[in-house]
Amino acid sequence: MKHFDVVVVGGGHAGCEALHAACRYGLNAALVTLDKNKVGVMSCNPAIGGLGKGHLVREIDALDGVMGTAADLSGIQFRLLNRSKGPAVQGPRTQSDRQLYLQAIQALLAQQDYTLIEGEAAALMSNAGSVTGVRLADGSEVHARSVILTAGTFMRGTIHIGDKRVSAGRMGEKAADELSLQMESLGAVFGRLKTGTPPRLNGDTIDWSQLELQPADCDPVMLSFLSKGPAVQQVSCGITHTNSHTHDIIRQNIGKSAMYGGHIEGVGPRYCPSIEDKITRFADKSSHQVFLEPEGLTTNCVYPNGISTSLPDDVQEAYVRSIQGLENVEIQQPGYAIEYDFLNPQGLSSDLESNLMGGLFLAGQINGTTGYEEAAAQGLVAAIGVAKRLKGVCPITFDRSTSYIGVMIDDLTTRGATEPYRMFTSRAEFRLKLRADNADQRLTEQGHTSGLVSGQRYGVYQEKVKRLDQCRSLLSSMSVSPNQARQVGIDLGLDGRRRNGHELLSIPGVTIANLADLTPRLVEFDTESLDQVAREALYVTYIERQGRDIEALARDLSVKIPNGFHYAGVAGLSSEMIAKLSAARPASLGAAKNIEGVTPAALTAVLVSIKSQSLKNTG
Amino acid sequence: MDSIFAQATATGRAGVSVIRLSGAQAFDIARIFCNLPQVGLTGLRAVRGRDGALIDQALVLCFEQGASFTGERVVEFQVHGGLATVAKLLSELSEQEGCRLAEPGEFTRRALENGQLDLNQVEALSDLIDAETESQRQQAIRVLDGRFGDAGEMWRGKLLRAAALLEASIDFSDEEIPDDLSVEVISLVEETRASIAAILERSMMASKIRTGFTVAIIGAPNVGKSTLFNAIVGRQAAITSDVAGTTRDVIECRVDLQGLAVSFLDTAGLRESEDEIENLGISRAYEMAAAADVRVFLVEEVGEPLPIALRDEDIVRLNKGDERSSDVGTVSGKNGEGVSELLSLIAERLMVKTPQDVVAIRERQITGLRAAESFLGRVLELIQADPLPFELASQELYFALSELDFVFGRIDIESVLDEIFSSFCLGK
Repeated sequence: MKHFDVVVVGGGHAGCEALHAACRYGLNAALVTLDKNKVGVMSCNPAIGGLGKGHLVREIDALDGVMGTAADLSGIQFRLLNRSKGPAVQGPRTQSDRQLYLQAIQALLAQQDYTLIEGEAAALMSNAGSVTGVRLADGSEVHARSVILTAGTFMRGTIHIGDKRVSAGRMGEKAADELSLQMESLGAVFGRLKTGTPPRLNGDTIDWSQLELQPADCDPVMLSFLSKGPAVQQVSCGITHTNSHTHDIIRQNIGKSAMYGGHIEGVGPRYCPSIEDKITRFADKSSHQVFLEPEGLTTNCVYPNGISTSLPDDVQEAYVRSIQGLENVEIQQPGYAIEYDFLNPQGLSSDLESNLMGGLFLAGQINGTTGYEEAAAQGLVAAIGVAKRLKGVCPITFDRSTSYIGVMIDDLTTRGATEPYRMFTSRAEFRLKLRADNADQRLTEQGHTSGLVSGQRYGVYQEKVKRLDQCRSLLSSMSVSPNQARQVGIDLGLDGRRRNGHELLSIPGVTIANLADLTPRLVEFDTESLDQVAREALYVTYIERQGRDIEALARDLSVKIPNGFHYAGVAGLSSEMIAKLSAARPASLGAAKNIEGVTPAALTAVLVSIKSQSLKNTG
Repeated sequence: MDSIFAQATATGRAGVSVIRLSGAQAFDIARIFCNLPQVGLTGLRAVRGRDGALIDQALVLCFEQGASFTGERVVEFQVHGGLATVAKLLSELSEQEGCRLAEPGEFTRRALENGQLDLNQVEALSDLIDAETESQRQQAIRVLDGRFGDAGEMWRGKLLRAAALLEASIDFSDEEIPDDLSVEVISLVEETRASIAAILERSMMASKIRTGFTVAIIGAPNVGKSTLFNAIVGRQAAITSDVAGTTRDVIECRVDLQGLAVSFLDTAGLRESEDEIENLGISRAYEMAAAADVRVFLVEEVGEPLPIALRDEDIVRLNKGDERSSDVGTVSGKNGEGVSELLSLIAERLMVKTPQDVVAIRERQITGLRAAESFLGRVLELIQADPLPFELASQELYFALSELDFVFGRIDIESVLDEIFSSFCLGK
């Protein structure tokens, strides 16, 4: 009989991050996985990061997680997306060598002390409403005080290729059907989601000479704060396009597609449509871009990003070969669609603890998300929740105004998921503040207090913050007259006002180089610190204004609701809200906001009513 | 949910009183008292209590679910307005199971919940109920029939599209997004800003319809201002005497002038005075005169110098027309000569200032629109900068949208994403 603090079910990105974090907290942890060689595998596209996603990786890294480090060790094409746009919307991304990524994750886990159990989790065990472990398909029991379930696409996973359907969690891997059934018997209500993957191509059969190439950045930006540069050789991607012939082939065979043949009920992501979807929904487009991404340095396998499909094998071959450069290509593994179970994340606490039973935490695709980064971030949050529950560690606050993780958790738990949820920068209303470059300053201190961040990382972080503070105070100590500013080429009206370095940097077009002419000591600072103070200056007025909005909101929330306030008399308040509020009698708007199910619209209506009444009383 | 009923007309003796009954069971409950006419038709019915005794001969109207004010089934009883008749029917209704007297505002709230009215319409409805004059009524009707909401829908639609275009350029920049999206963003934002500005301008004037216009009567002491004022307001509101300086403060009286709410102001005579209190009155008079929409200058002689500058809409009249032979441009408060001509002219001048189109009427609406207009101006500035600071332009746009949220309700990121995904083919 084995007893653990926590057992993590599933060795994907959510599971690995959860397991590693649990070990960092010093918890006695076990990993249950179907195949120990698949721990840390990239199931779909071989890339980490991107817009919104790169932000998540930096936040995971700021809390000493593994994803950023593994991505940097395996990165074969680093690119900073939106390099020409503002720093808040730039996202670091890399393509990774699949094999190197998996090895990096397994090596990082090997440095921790945990128990690996190969097997299929078939049932959750519980006692008096709290989880007590998992029972495996072979009947053995793994006892634990908490369980983190990260089942990915395995729960009742069904793969579709044309009209063929196979029960599988990934191509060639067994699905986990028993666990779904057992959880249903406990009252879980699953929904179905769908995702797809393209055929894998033999790179040796691609005519690269015909193709446009996209190289890596010459000035690579890493995913982890601790990495200095790429660990391995950098490669280019090929770019090609579908054409009208491709589209004809797909249109003629559309009825054979699993998705269009009515075989699939699950909802797929709109931002990651299959090629069938693209051609049907955007019929007027005669061509779609396809990125040919090498899967690694030692494999000839190529991932054609942009043409995921559930058409039959022969149709896949026909349409792929109609594309320029792929005329003679050989398909190594056909593309497919996969349907799987998920649970409405509205049933989760902000620690990702399920309402099914105490101590059961859910992370990743089971919560309706998609993407490695989203999954890993949830694994981390779940592990923090477990540590809080078992050890009473100081929790880390994730909220919308301080992290992308907070945005995601809030979105999932308050709105639920109707399609696979992916992070975008536009989901973060405070994105000017939530930049990839300051993720450590938003989270590392808290992570250290909580016991999640190692001394080594914390030391590096402290050094960085010290340099930044020195740089900021040097800028603050500057006092530059408009005349002096003009002498170094800063176009400033002669208003007689002296400005410090921060104020000068916030003027559009003013750079650190201008300031260095005024204060030569600036050149003593590292580029990273200088770049960051420049970014801060760029957004400072917006962030202050948003800060005032947050304060105004906080002020509104502190508004007292009079004793005996008559909710039924508030225009625009639904009877459900009236019932909830009348029953709870909150003392302030803030207390009202915390009542489950009370909407922002209802709060506004109550606020307006209180304000107009007090006006009447004074007027 | 309970069916609710209440007297819809004002309480008290009246020729006809209307009792409204609303709820899913309204028809069933009403059938206890009489046969119901077909939906949409009026029927004269003998309304009887449960004991069979006649309560009244009443006009009865039925409205089907979705086609009534509340969105529920509604029956209206139009009974003769005696207090006892109304009381009897109300008490009979209250004894029916699942039927109760409506709480204040409950009919309106049900209308709101059932999507029959939006928040602005509910406000307009309360304006309508409070409307004193025809113009106020018309204005409330324009909001009530949803035209203000239509304008808001149009703005939201355009800005939502603009936000989607900006966000697509940010979040999907590595995909196939057209490069020239900013051209469309500029026109969307510019059109919206212009439309908001136009409504704001009209609204400045329209707020007068709610709060009332002011017309000040101005002139030297003892020129007969108070006598004219009294003639206009039709009662002895201002004390008149032959002693100069009788009116020491400003006297205000509100009248319905051809459907416009107008406050007439009788001001202290404008002169140099030794009397401290009178001087206070005089300086108040200057202030009020400056703020009034139309000023009527009462003078002794044609061409005499006026105490303050004349504006286009102002009117000058010779005083004490009853003592003069000429009737050109004269007025007399004493015998009423020229008073109705003067009033017509005032009404005409005020009408010109009255917008006939959609306006924002609540302070809540105007404040929100004004702020939105200024944020949209910032969006336009930023979007024409090179390089285009997408994230800043988008932030200013969200500031504008959040102001409009205040007026029309919320646009959230999910609707922006919906617009992006239906416009662009995304996904590598």
